[in-house]
Parts: sequence; structure tokens; C-alpha cells
Amino acid sequence: MNPNPWKKSWTSGPLAQLVYTRLIEFTREPQAVFWVYFFPLLMAFSLGIAFREKPAENLKICLVGNSLSHAKWNLDNASGFVFSNESREVALGLLRRGRVDAVLESRLENGENQPLFHTDPTRSESALAKARLETHLAYLNQPTLKPIPELFLDLGGLRYIDFLIPGLLGINLMGGGLWGVGYALVDLRVRKLLKRFAATPMLVRDLLLGIAISRFIFTAGQVVILLGTSWLVFGVQIRGSFFDFCVLVILGGFCFLSIGLLVASRATKYESVNGIMNLVMLPMYVFSGVFFSAERFPEMLAPIIRILPLTALNDSLRAVMNEGRSLSLLGFEIMVMGLWTAVTMGLALRLFRWR
Amino acid sequence: MYINPMNAAIECNNLTKTYPGKPPVEAVKGISLQIRRGECFGILGPNGAGKTTTLELMEGLLIPTSGSVKVLGKTWQKDGGWLREKTGISLQETKLSEELTVLETIRLFASFYEDSAHPQDIISQVSLESKSSSLIGKLSGGQKQRVALACALVGKPELLFLDEPTTGLDPQSRRQVWEMIQKFQAGGGTILITTHYMDEAEKLCGELAIVDQGKIIAQGSPGHLIKEFGGQTRIEVDFLEPGPDPDWILPHAEISQLCEVGPNRFLLQTSSLIDSLPKVLAAATSAGQSIQTIRTHQPTLEDVFVGLTGRHLRDEVAGP
Ligand SMILES: Nc1ncnc2c1ncn2[C@@H]1O[C@H](COP(=O)(O)OP(=O)(O)O)[C@@H](O)[C@H]1O
Ligand SMILES: [Mg+2]
Repeated sequence: MNPNPWKKSWTSGPLAQLVYTRLIEFTREPQAVFWVYFFPLLMAFSLGIAFREKPAENLKICLVGNSLSHAKWNLDNASGFVFSNESREVALGLLRRGRVDAVLESRLENGENQPLFHTDPTRSESALAKARLETHLAYLNQPTLKPIPELFLDLGGLRYIDFLIPGLLGINLMGGGLWGVGYALVDLRVRKLLKRFAATPMLVRDLLLGIAISRFIFTAGQVVILLGTSWLVFGVQIRGSFFDFCVLVILGGFCFLSIGLLVASRATKYESVNGIMNLVMLPMYVFSGVFFSAERFPEMLAPIIRILPLTALNDSLRAVMNEGRSLSLLGFEIMVMGLWTAVTMGLALRLFRWR
Repeated sequence: MYINPMNAAIECNNLTKTYPGKPPVEAVKGISLQIRRGECFGILGPNGAGKTTTLELMEGLLIPTSGSVKVLGKTWQKDGGWLREKTGISLQETKLSEELTVLETIRLFASFYEDSAHPQDIISQVSLESKSSSLIGKLSGGQKQRVALACALVGKPELLFLDEPTTGLDPQSRRQVWEMIQKFQAGGGTILITTHYMDEAEKLCGELAIVDQGKIIAQGSPGHLIKEFGGQTRIEVDFLEPGPDPDWILPHAEISQLCEVGPNRFLLQTSSLIDSLPKVLAAATSAGQSIQTIRTHQPTLEDVFVGLTGRHLRDEVAGP
């Protein structure tokens, strides 16, 4: 019937075709490209700029009382302060409303002008202002005292953006695995394409592998773009080994892919898969330390938070990127992700349905 | 009808399928069939009759509750891989990826088969050369159905399963699909097709099984079924003016039944239109009656179905 058989090369094999068509389909959906590649960048930029580290602000001090004694205290030489003069009532009002950090009053006692502090016990800036002015005054009285030398910390790896980028990588790997794999499979099932594929000699292995490989290609692109941009713009770096970083990304990606596969193993409706996805992802968004440290949650939640896969991924990414730790020190996190992968993948393959 | 098992493309015995649930649905209640190689076999029945379920049991996509299926002499359990290479399937509802072109889709399906046709050849076989690089999402319903057909044909199947391939298509698209099915059969292929269109069944199928409520209620060639179950041909005669009692026609025209349906309109039934019609005309002339119009209605598969079940094939046709 056909005098012209189709030449088989590896590009016309099932796996290559499954990967190729998924990639092509993806690039033809502009909104998918936006969510996968531009949204994380947008998030990194807006949060990175909003929480940019600023040098500590000057402390605001209100001076009350005899101005001659103020001059004697040599306040012009005290750095890190902004001074203003007010009447006692006005100054205390400002302190109460938090507009100034402390009030320094010069009071006549035994015929001499003595300093007196008014502070707000609920604000740490207030105590800080008192302590630093006290030191300043102490140096004035004892000229032989020398300040203890001080070195400022290198902020690399400690800024908010350094904390944020590994967290964003983590949620992108999670979203990619769950939506990219789980949703994609349910979509195939709802459209009866999964059943249509089952009616061909195609192997389940090729289908799942095809989805996984195309997912890894998208993810690699995502990681490169997010990391490259945050390096160029914010100077975010990987302080540990790049190899270790890649191992974590692959392990994390595989872990969420398995969870996505499990979520999609039987769902036959978009609504039900949406529901399960949100149920799985929302707790991790909140508890796994994406935007702020998970250590802020009550102590008793810690054991549960620590075994969430996203916590393990975020923590280990931060350890490698910011602290330069090696994988050998991250055994717990690697074990958590490995276990989640093994259990969910095993269940998913057992429960998987074509229809 | 007995078919030598060597020649049977499909053979199934006492197939049943009950979908679990509350309550369970007995979709197929004991179907036995033999389908000859090279034949176009039709399963005709109304919506919900169990056509899709029967087809999917034979396609190895559903596991029967009881009964056995043999396709090309093999079973799905033992030789599933081999059978997938030899069969092509078009499901009742598949949404192919809208963002892929026709060629990309066919190439994807071709990649699954050990021995596949050249994608370009298949595209020209379903006359979509001009749409080869169009996205599936931009095609008409008829064109999409032809792509689905192409996906079924790309593995060079011996046996084609088609589930309502023309439902919802315009008449021209339906004719195009029919032509492709006939071309496949002319090339030696076997086809199992389900439909709820009697004209489609009559046009394509050499052998038909009429199913209703999960059972085969009649089987045979369309001609045989119509002859057996379709009832008689009806002749409706309108006279110009009210005449005498029309009983005078009876002795002349081999009319089996006659009834008056209007002041000057009569409905006659006959087993042989060719014999009766000239006699009715002659009798009218000799009785001095002038005929205004004559309508005849030959039985169709629709009548076969109505005759067998008292219901119409399609829900939307309100039955008397
Ligand atoms: N997956 C299913 N679960 C439960 N009942 C089903 C399922 N599929 C079909 N049915 C029921 O089985 C009967 C036969 O359906 P089907 O084979 O699709 O008929 P047809 O193709 O002739 O329209 C219908 O009553 C239908 O509601
Ligand atoms: Mg159906």
C-alpha cells in the first residue's frame, strides 16, 4: 500500500517525538511561557527591591532643657543620631507616638546639670539610643577610654535576596513538578488522549519519561534564567559547589515530579486535580520557608515542617548557595527528598490509570 | 452464519460488561459476533445502547466482565503488543492537541509504530495536504475527524475500529470520511464501525448488528434486515375529489392493507411496490378517479429499528 516507508531515525522514535511535541506545544502557549519564565523573575525583582537591605537609619533624639549643657555634652561629635530641640511636653508626646526614639533631658540636680533619659520600653530602638548616648557621654568624662575596634560583616549570602532566590527556585521546582507533570497528565486523560495513546503500541515508560524529560528541559531553563538574572542584578551567587547545586535541583525536581504523578494517577477531572494540588502545595508555600524563615513558626511544628519536601529542598539549596556547605552535610534533607520520591513514585506507578 | 475461524477478524462470545457503581450499569449484556476479514461490519444503535462499550471491549481498552474476545486470532492479554501494531482506532471523543500541526500530530502517532506509513502519504490519503502545517485547533470538525482517521491509519492497520466517525459532521464531510473508509476496505482492510445513522450503516456496511440496551436484537446485511424486519412498502394516494368507497382497489392490486386517512387520501401497504403501483394506477383510471399525487415510502433501517423496538434510533426524531 505504501511504496515510501518512513525512514526511522532516533528523532522519529517515540520518546524523541513525545518530548519534541511537548516542547513545541509549550512554546506555542504564550501564557504558559509567562508563568514559567517571567513570573518568577517578576517575583524576584519586586521582592528583592522591596526588601533591599538599607544601612541602619539614624536614631532620632529629642533634647529637652538647658541648651548650654547640651553643648557641653559635645553631641555634634556623636554619629548615627539626629537631634532636635523641643519643650518637655512636646518631646514626650513625640516619644509616645514613636516619632523620636528617645528624649534626653538636662536636669538641674544639686546645682549641676545632669542628663536624664526618657525611653519607650516597648521599642528596641529606644534602648539602643539610650545605650549608645550613654557610651558617648562616658567617653566624654573619661578621655583615656578608647572605643573597641569594630569590623563590619560581609553581607554576601545574608541579604534577603540571598534568602529569597533559593526559596523561589524551590517553589518553581514544586510548581513545575506538580502542575507540569500532574496537570499535564490529567489534561491528557480528560481529553481522552491518554486512552488514545493506550490504543497504540506506545509504552507507558516512554510517555512518562517523555513528560519527565520535557519537564527537566523547562526546569533547566527556568533555573538558568532565574539564577543568571539574580546574579547579574543582585549579585546572588552559589558559594558551594555547582555540582552539588545541580544534584539538589535534580533531586528536588524528581521529588515533585513523583508527587505530581501520584496526584494525577487517577484524577479524571480538572477540578479534582486542582483541589489536590492546592492541598499539597499550600501548606508548603506557607511553612517551608519560601519568603521568610520557617524558624518563625512555633517550636512544636518544627519536626513536621522539617520533613516537608519543599523545606528540605529550600534548606539544602540555601546551605549550598549561601553557606557553601557540601552535600555530605545535608544528609537529612537528601534523605527526606529521596524518601518522598521513592514512596510517591512507587504509589503513582501502582495506581496509574489510563482512563 | 458460520465463519471459518481462520478468516475471522474478530470473534467474541457472550461478552458482558458491567460498570461498577451505585447502581452498577450493565452496558453490554451478552454479545456474540464474528466479523469476517475484509468486511465492513457495523454496529447500529441509539445513544446509550452500548456501542462504545462493545467496541472498547473488542479494542482491548476495557476488560470484559465475562466472555471472550479474539482479534485476528489472538487475545489482548497474550498478544496485546502485536495486536496494537495491527489495529487502528478512532475513539468517539478525542481532543488532539490544538497547538500541534497536522503533520506533527501524525508524526507523533507514526513514531509509536514499528512499521508506519510515511506521515506525508497518510496526510494525502485523507486529503489534508493543504492543511499539513495548520494547527489542529484551527481545523473544522470534519478536518479534525480526518486527522483522527489519519492517526488510526498511520500504523498500517489490518483492522480499523471507528466509533461514530461522522457524528456531528456536515453532509459533505461525512461523505469524505465514507470515501476514506471505503478506500481502506478496498485495500483489503477490515472495519468495525459504530453509528447511529442508518444511512451510514446502509452505505458502508456489508453486515450489521443492531444493538439496543446492550444486546444484539438483529443481525444481517442491510438488505436482509430491511426485508425481514422493515415491514411493507407504503403507497399514499391523494385523489382530486372524494370518490366512492376505495375497496374497489383491493382485488386489483395485491394490497395487503388499506385505510382511509383523509376525505380523499388513502394509505396502502404492499410487499411489492413494482407489482402494485401500475395496478393501482390502472384501477384508478378504470374507476374514473383522477389521482393528484402519489407518494411511496420504502422501508429503511429506521423502520427495522422501530419495528423491533417500537422506538426511533435517534432521540431527536419524535416517534409516533
Ligand atoms: N465509564 C462508565 N461508567 C458507568 N456507566 C457507563 C460508563 N460508560 C458508559 N456507561 C453507560 O453504559 C451504557 C452504554 O454506554 P455506551 O457504550 O457509551 O453507549 P453508546 O456508545 O451506544 O452510546 C450507557 O447507559 C452509559 O451511561
Ligand atoms: Mg458511544
